[in-house]
This record gives sequence, structure tokens and C-alpha cells, in this order.
Amino acid sequence: PSVGGAQVNVLEVRGERGLRNTAIVHVSVVFRTPTHLWVLQVSYPEWGLFHTCACVCVCVFPQVHVKMADEAVCVGPAPTSKSYLNMDAIMDAIRQTGAQAVHPGYGFLSENKEFARRLAAEGVTFIGPDTHAIQAMGDKIESKLIAKAARVNTIPGFDGVVKWRRADECRCVCLLGYPVMIKASAGGGGKGMRIAWSDDETREGFRFSSQEAASSFGDDRLLIEKYIDNPRHIEIQVLADKHGNALWLNERECSIQRRNQKVVEEAPSTFLDPATRRAMGEQAVSLAKAVQYSSAGTVEFLVDSKKNFYFLEMNTRLQVEHPITECITGLDLVQQMIRIAKGYKLQHKQEDIPINGWAIESRVYAEDPYKSFGLPSIGRLSQYEEPVRLSGVRVDSGIQEGSDISIYYDPMISKLVAYGASRADALKKMEAALDNYVIRGVTHNIPLLREIIVHPRFVAGDISTNFLPEVYPDGFKGHPLSAGDRRELLAAAAALHIAAQLRSQRFLGEQRVSAAAQERRHWELCLELEKSVHMLAVSHSRGTYTVEVDGEKVEVSGEWNLASALLPLSINGSHKVLQCLTRSPAGDISLQYLGTTFKVRVLSVLAASLSKHMPEKLPEDTSSILRSPMPGTVVGVAVKPGDTVAVGQEICVIEAMKMQNSMTAAKTAKVKSVHCKTGETVGEGDLLVELE
Amino acid sequence: MIGCKRSRLLHNSRWYSISHLSVQDRIEEKRRAALVGGGQKRIDAQHKRGKLTARERIDLLMDPESFVEYDMFVEHRCADFGMEADHNKYPGDSVVTGQGRINGRLAYVFSQDFTVFGGSLSGAHAQKICKIMDQAMMVGAPVIGLNDSGGARIQEGVESLAGYADIFLRNVMASGVVPQISLIMGPCAGGAVYSPALTDFTFMVKDTSYLFITGPDVVKSVTNEDVTQEELGGARTHTAVSGVAHRAFENDVDALLNLRNFFNFLPLSNKDPAPVTECHDPSDRLVPGLDTLVPFESTKAYDMLDIIHGIVDERDFFEIMPNYAKNIVVGFARMNGRTVGIVGNQPKVASGCLDINSSVKGARFVRFCDAFNIPIITFVDVPGFLPGTAQEYGGIIRHGAKLLFAFAEATVPKITVITRKAYGGAYDVMSSKHLRGDVNYAWPSAEVAVMGAKGAVQIIFRGKENQAEAEAEYVETFANPFPAAVRGFVDDIIQPSTTRKRICRDLEVLASKKQTNPWKKHANIPL
Repeated sequence: PSVGGAQVNVLEVRGERGLRNTAIVHVSVVFRTPTHLWVLQVSYPEWGLFHTCACVCVCVFPQVHVKMADEAVCVGPAPTSKSYLNMDAIMDAIRQTGAQAVHPGYGFLSENKEFARRLAAEGVTFIGPDTHAIQAMGDKIESKLIAKAARVNTIPGFDGVVKWRRADECRCVCLLGYPVMIKASAGGGGKGMRIAWSDDETREGFRFSSQEAASSFGDDRLLIEKYIDNPRHIEIQVLADKHGNALWLNERECSIQRRNQKVVEEAPSTFLDPATRRAMGEQAVSLAKAVQYSSAGTVEFLVDSKKNFYFLEMNTRLQVEHPITECITGLDLVQQMIRIAKGYKLQHKQEDIPINGWAIESRVYAEDPYKSFGLPSIGRLSQYEEPVRLSGVRVDSGIQEGSDISIYYDPMISKLVAYGASRADALKKMEAALDNYVIRGVTHNIPLLREIIVHPRFVAGDISTNFLPEVYPDGFKGHPLSAGDRRELLAAAAALHIAAQLRSQRFLGEQRVSAAAQERRHWELCLELEKSVHMLAVSHSRGTYTVEVDGEKVEVSGEWNLASALLPLSINGSHKVLQCLTRSPAGDISLQYLGTTFKVRVLSVLAASLSKHMPEKLPEDTSSILRSPMPGTVVGVAVKPGDTVAVGQEICVIEAMKMQNSMTAAKTAKVKSVHCKTGETVGEGDLLVELE
Repeated sequence: MIGCKRSRLLHNSRWYSISHLSVQDRIEEKRRAALVGGGQKRIDAQHKRGKLTARERIDLLMDPESFVEYDMFVEHRCADFGMEADHNKYPGDSVVTGQGRINGRLAYVFSQDFTVFGGSLSGAHAQKICKIMDQAMMVGAPVIGLNDSGGARIQEGVESLAGYADIFLRNVMASGVVPQISLIMGPCAGGAVYSPALTDFTFMVKDTSYLFITGPDVVKSVTNEDVTQEELGGARTHTAVSGVAHRAFENDVDALLNLRNFFNFLPLSNKDPAPVTECHDPSDRLVPGLDTLVPFESTKAYDMLDIIHGIVDERDFFEIMPNYAKNIVVGFARMNGRTVGIVGNQPKVASGCLDINSSVKGARFVRFCDAFNIPIITFVDVPGFLPGTAQEYGGIIRHGAKLLFAFAEATVPKITVITRKAYGGAYDVMSSKHLRGDVNYAWPSAEVAVMGAKGAVQIIFRGKENQAEAEAEYVETFANPFPAAVRGFVDDIIQPSTTRKRICRDLEVLASKKQTNPWKKHANIPL
């Protein structure tokens, strides 16, 4: 049975480079909601003849991965604790299907030693490392001690669990000095992680981190260490077999992060020289060997500006960003994991591991990048087209048009990977991929991704984990339009408007239509973009619009397919792909241009001149009302009507996508009314609290 | 005509004489006076209120240079209360009338001029409106009214009332002959409200338009209620509470541009076919999202608009009454370029049940489509009629019958898709095969039954111990499309993603459908 989707794309990417994979067809893990867990039922010992089975929860029954699998087993309802984290249900599924091996995917039970142990007890192969390694590396405190012993560079810090007691807290802080990083001992993926610059923040960070850690990992132990300011996050992929052999598969740079979660990753890193790369690789391998590691794993390092590197943690599973390593090394990591699990020796030697070309991965999230670089959004993907027909582009996703992005899981839509011969080539392909990616129905972070990959600092490789807050100190505001951009955008909007106008006058088979309107070839339009008004003259002949904007002529031509989500245009001879999100009869057009969505109002000169008489509708005063910035669950309400709150005081906490977000007062005032209760589910824009 | 005479006057010297010159001057003067209506001061006041003038509105609504004005020289004939004085006469009086083009297609329009006597309706004003309505019916073109009037011209007394009645009669005569649209752009009070009420569609402008029988002052004196104009008869009230208006727009400009767009959905008259525009959306497009839309649990809601937007051309759906009786969705869209009327139960609101308001909303829309040759596509997910004293006392029986009546008498192409529940009498009502549905489909998730499993089991297996088992048996038997399909009550069970393709193909076939009801003076719909 063949398994489509992600893996097929790997083959395509490789096909281009002549590195066609061996005949193996296997199941890969498609991340996001549904397929965090695949159960592989090995029917035949030969590679390539798998029977695959997906464990899914109720809410994702008919989705893509289920179709990809030969068999699907429902393991419970949407909340993860009842489905993907419900070990009993999953063990039942394994027994029921007679699965002989389990690939745990990422997240959920992938690094759960108990799960690995129970599988072992039932004689089912766990496609991953031994329980011992999971346990050793899963605990941040223990892993640090082991790393130290294995002569791996580690970050100075307090080696032990910090209890929720003032004494410890102060002791740590005295020892290290601010800033410090508070982390969940069992954590990963940025969850349960807070940076503190003062005693107050330390206290608050403790509270949040322990709550988050408890809800995400069921373990609220925390540790604290020196926070390395402005570091790069560079990780080494390792591969080790059960015979004591280990390899490093070069690095991935994952410095572009928001709230300690990765956004853009690349392999290789622009920052490492061969000597540093080798030093890091060798330390990573020595750590893997120290814990008798087998399977694929990742050793994460923080690298400071002087190329000093410090061990951060080891992830004993496949990483989300593994495709970029696959691109540059030509190795199929899932295949390697299965081989290793079967007990085979590694096929490659260290000197066989190449760096071929450059690969970049963008994590496409369902979140609003204009709110602290990404607050989760939910919705139904009303339209969804992946840019898979572009060459050198791979999209790993577990969703399709019509899928619901729910509050129960990480808000990731897909991993978008561009692979090229050089970094510049890969970046160009990524640009095109982002421009051609159609996502409607949920807010997504393509505007931010598109800006990051063209930012001069990113292009120059001058990045750190603080890239986003440094580059956008006042928050992300979308693509800043240059004068030339503005002209192009206005011309495209005007041409689109006229194309739509002309079409609305074309009736088929109707005798009673006056031809006068259609003979028109010249229009005067008034366009409003970002509060500035422009007068445009448009003339049209055979699909080409000549638009005069601010005294300059812009030629726009295209197919003008008004039903298509993509709007491929030739603007002054250069090819641009825009997307038209909405087009209202009153002339409001939303265009996605260079990743960012711009609202343009296109009116005839007459309509524009009459619009000045229209009354201004005052927007709601938002300082006295608190609305939920995203859909989620209310986990705590700190105020009641009549309380007085100060600016910045916490009013309530909303948990969404497993992150807790503190909602604070925008002004000092008395609480007028509270519209939410602990445990309640709220939607984006729902009224939470009103102040007087 | 006038323009033509004028050019001959100017260019043919033989016509030149002193008296002609003075007539020429008077023509020019009257024309100038007509164009400024109540004068610059009142125009400024109109603008200050956030409203456009009658002529500005026509300019925006009609294609450039297409408007031909009638009766610019008509003046009121009132001789009482000093009205006969020259300064009280305005050429054209308080309304601008004529015909023009919207996207090249003919439309008649009247636009009440609030700057002249507050847009009040005089005998002359009414006569002007009647003239264009008569002509519109003769040539077969829609009539659009832009209402902005303080009410009757009190100085004229019964003449004004007669004028209203003349218009009402024509509204009634034109009903079902040409589409009639009212756009309320200012006050519309007293008897004046009945003209919009008789037309097919009433739209309003938010914050600047009001519709009521009596204003807040009279309400206060009669019932002692304190109510603002906005609460009593504003756009929100009529689009969400009373159901008098079909939709509201942000402001004058927004309303008029939207009206142009809306006009493109309508045929010009009952003798014209539904318009077909150039379409870029492939008619055989699959909609994969629909395969996963209907949730497994039959108690879980989904949004009917997701189905509608997915299926119609370019996701372009002009919803009628989006804020009223939201348990049913009605509106216009296109399938392969051709206008269709869409009716769908909305599971998201009150489980999509039929109640008084939704039945009346649906019935009126279906009758409009039937009158104007617009095919009707019905999406069914209905658990039944809403039970309860409020509904029974309100007359759900006779109101529900309206929707049944409308679907049954409609002879336009009727395509029905049962997406999930089709329970009880509501199944019959929703354009079922039995009411002459032309093509009736069921999705695999369809359940056609007398009622839901729980209720049915309590009746069929009354007293039986193992209710859960009985329920499972009932679900197995009825909660699927087969009982209806084996009897031919649905023509096919289709994969949801193919729905657009199927409907487009059916519409092509049904375009030549001919069906007539028995001769009658008119039917007696249970009003």
C-alpha cells in the first residue's frame, strides 16, 4: 500500500537531485492535530510493505491522514487527554490492530517513557530510542548532568529541581543574577518556559510555568538557569543504532522564534564554520553514546555571538523541522528510524554525510501575526491550496480544504519547505511558495513568514532568537510599502476593479443590454490605501491595463480569472502573484501582496467625491472593554464586579492551544461587569470584562 | 424630446425670435432650478445629515450618462396655505423620476428629494412616480424607489392620500410583473411605508433611515412608551426584529453600490429569463471541504453558509434578511453564471427548525423566485417545526403552511439537497419530491424520518425495557438515506463534494422546464 502526502514530496525533492530514494514506501508522521500517532503494523519483513494504521480522535475522522492510512482507529474525543494522551486507548488500538511497531510522531506520547515501557512489555517495537534514553534526556536536570559528564558544554545554572518556595527562588537568583530562564523540567517546545528579569517576574513566571507544565506534561517541576541573551538556536541531528554507532547529520538553525517556538528553520546554518560544526556534532554524538541512544534524535544548542555553544536539551524523537535535514543530506529519517528499530546497523559513515544545497522551512500557523507575533486563531479552512506544484517545494500537512482548526491542538497548518542549490535559491523558492499558498477561513502567519525571509538581516544571516522583537520592537505591522510597491499594488487593485466591472456588464444571451457601457475604454478612479488617497487613470485594451499612478504609468496584465484565489499578474513586465481575498460591491478589495493583506478602496471619482458626505462611524472605545483576543478556555478570572484594577493588572487568563495568556487591564478603573466564568469556552472577540 | 427641441432652437436661425428667446430662458431657468431642488442651503443640510441628494443618488445608482429624466417641469398644484406662491414652487417638485441603465440593463427609478418640502408626497409627486411605474410595466423593467420623504404633503390633504393610493395600486399591479425594490434612505413614515412593504425588496441605510407607522411622539402620547426613532423603526429593528427590511447598508454610497450589484441577480421582468453572467468558476469544480462538513453526531451544528459558499459561483452569495429568522438562510447566488435562489435550513441557529418567522421569510423568497423565473436550490437539514405554546398561539400552522404553499405552487426548476435531517412535516415542506421537486438529492449523511430516534423509540417501543437497543435499531433503519432512496423520493445519493457539479448539470437540463398550474384567478395562500 502506498502512502501519499508528505513522503511523496520528499521523493520529488530528491528526484530533482537525482537521489531517488530506494523503493521504500513508508508512513511518515504528519504533524498537527490528527496524526500525532501512527501505528505501523508491519505485515511483511521486507521494506516497503507496510500495513499502516492511524490512531485518530473523533474530531478528525475523515481527514487526510486517515485516507492515507490503510486503517484508522478512533482513540477518543478531541481533548488530547482523552485521545492522543490516553495511553490505555492507544494500547487498545495497538492490540486491536495487531500492530507490531509504533511510530509515535512528535509531541504527545513521543517522549513518554511509560508509553515506551508499556509497548516493550507487550512486545511491540517502539520506533524511537530506549526507555532509558527517553528518561535520561526527558528530564532537563538529569540530562544536564549527563551532558556535563559527557563533556558537553552546558549553561551555568542551578542543577536541580526548584520548588515553589521563596528560599530556593532567591537562592537561584542570587547565584545567577538576572536574567534567568524558568523552565519546566519535563518541558519542550517552549511550553512552560518564561524569562524573568526581576523578582516579580520570577514569581509570576513560576506560577505560569508550573501551571502550563502541569497541564501540558502532567509534571510541574521547574528548573532555572542563566539566560543567555541574544543567542542563536542551532541543533544537531543525530542518528544512532543499537550497535553503538552514531552519526551527526549536520545542523539546523532554528533561531527565528516567537515565544520560544520555532517559526523559520534552515539547514545548514549561515553561522557555523566547519570547525564549530564538527565540534558541535562530535559533542552531540558523544552525548548520544553516553545514554546508549538509538534512533534519530536532536541535540539542541544555544550559540552565542562568539560561537560558544551550550547544550540546551536533547529531543528523543523526530523533530518537526526534520525535512530540512532530509533535504540537505538526502537521508530519509523516518526510514532510518524504522531500520534502527528493526536492529539494523547504520548504513552511512560520518564522512558520507553531505551538505547538499540549502533548505528552509517555514511553519505555517493558524495564528494572527499582528498580535504578539502570533496569537492562535481558529476556523474552518474554507479554501486551501498548497503550492505543491512549484519545484523544490514540499508541504507537510495533515489537513485539507474544509478542515477545522480547533482549539484543542497546536495551531500549525503545515510545514512549508523550500529546497534550492543555494540559500538565495531556496529563499526565492520560499517566496514563491508563500505567495502561492492559499489559506482562507483562518488567520495565518504567512505575512510574517514572507517578511522574515526577505528581511535584510535574515538574508544576511544576522539573526538570533531575539530576531523578531529586535526587528519589530513595536510588534509586527505587515509589509512596509515602498513608493514602488504602492504604485504596483494600486495599479493591480484598479485593474482588478475594472476587470470585475467589465465582467458585471457581460450578460450571456441577453438581448436587452445596452452596449454603451461595454465600449468604455478609459476610467478615472479614486483609490484609498492606508488612509492616503490616490487618483488613477486607467485605460484598457485586450487584457492589459495601463494605469497612471502618481504621474507614472504601470502596465498590468493577466488572465483576470475572477474565480481563482490566486491572481498571477505581470506588472510592468515582472511576474507577481497576488491573492484577492475579498472584493465587495462597494469597492473594498483585500489583496495579499508580498505576503501582507492590504485593504484598498476603489471608487469612481463620483462615488469618492460623494463619500466625503458620509458620516464617520465611530469605532467602539476599546479601553474599557476586554475582549478575548483569540478563541480558548477561561482558566481563571481574577476580578469581580466592583473591584478596582490598575493598568496592566491581570484580569483573567485564557488558555488556547495549550498556552496560557494573561489578559490585563488597559486602564485603571472599576470593574463594571464580568462576562466570563472559569472553564468557559470563549470565541475571538467575545466580551470578557467591562470596565467603567 | 426636450433636448432635441432645444438644439433646434439654438442652431436653426429661422426659429429665432424674441418670444422664443424668453421661452428658452425660462426653460434654462426652470432646469437650473430643478437641478438644485430645495436650494444649496437645504442640500448642505442634507449632506450634513450624512445623506446624499436625490440626484446624487441617481448618479451613483445608474451607469454614467444613462439616466433620462421625466417630468422635470412638473410642479405641485396646491393653492392653499400660500403654497401657490412662486417661491413655493419647485420645478420637478419633491421627486426625481426617470429611467436609465444599471450595468447596461434598463431600470426605472424614482428618488424622493428631501430638500423640497422634506420630500413630502404631493399629488404631482405621486403622479410622477405612477408615470414611470406604468411605463416600467409596459416595457418590462424593474422599478427602484429611493425613499426619503417626511410623509404626506399635509397642505394638499386628500390629494396626497389619493397619490399614495395610486402608487399602492401600481405596486400591487406590478407585483410579480417587474421586480420592485425600495431603498429607504431617510424617513418613511405613516401611509408612505406601505409602498415599500408592497415591493419585493426593502433595503435600508443604517443610522439615517427610519420606517414606522407613527413616530416616537405619537407612540408616547398613545401608548406612553418611550422609544427613540432608531429603536422604533431604524435599520436594526427592521432587519433583525420586525423582518420588514431585507438588508441594511452602511451609508448612502455603500447602499447604492450594493444595489447595483444586487440588480445584476434579477431578471428585468417576469417574461425575461434569470440573467446569466460570464462565469470564471468551473461548473464541474469539486468542493472537497463538503465531504467533511457535516459532523457525525447529529446533534452537532455546522454552518449552512459553508455549504452555500462552497457550491455557488465564486463564493458570491447575496443573502436576503441575514439577521432575521436566522434558522433559515435565503438569498441569491449564481450557478455557472445563472442566477439561482437558495433556501437552506441553518443548523447553527435553533437547530435549523422551522418556526413562524423562518416559514414566512422562506415563503416570500420562494414566491419571488417563482414569479421571476429564478430556479430554487434548497438545502435541507431540518429537525421539524418548533414546538411550544408561543408558536402554536402565534399560528405556526397557518404560517408554516405558507412555506409549504410556496414550494408546492412554484413551477421554476427546483433542486433539493438533503444534507442531514429531514424530519416530519418539515421534510415534506422543504421542496420535497412530493411537492414537485425536479431533482432531489441526499448526501450520505441524510436521515429522512418522521422524527429523531429518541422520540420515535418512546412511541414505537413504549414500555419496552431496553430503550437503548431499540434506539440503535431505529437509527440503523431510518438514520440513513436509504428509506427515501428505495422509494424514489430522492433521485440519487451523492458525494457532497460533487454537489456543485451535479446541480450545474441539472440546471442546464432544467432550463427548458415548462410546467403550469391549473387556471385560477389567483390562489388563496393562507395569509
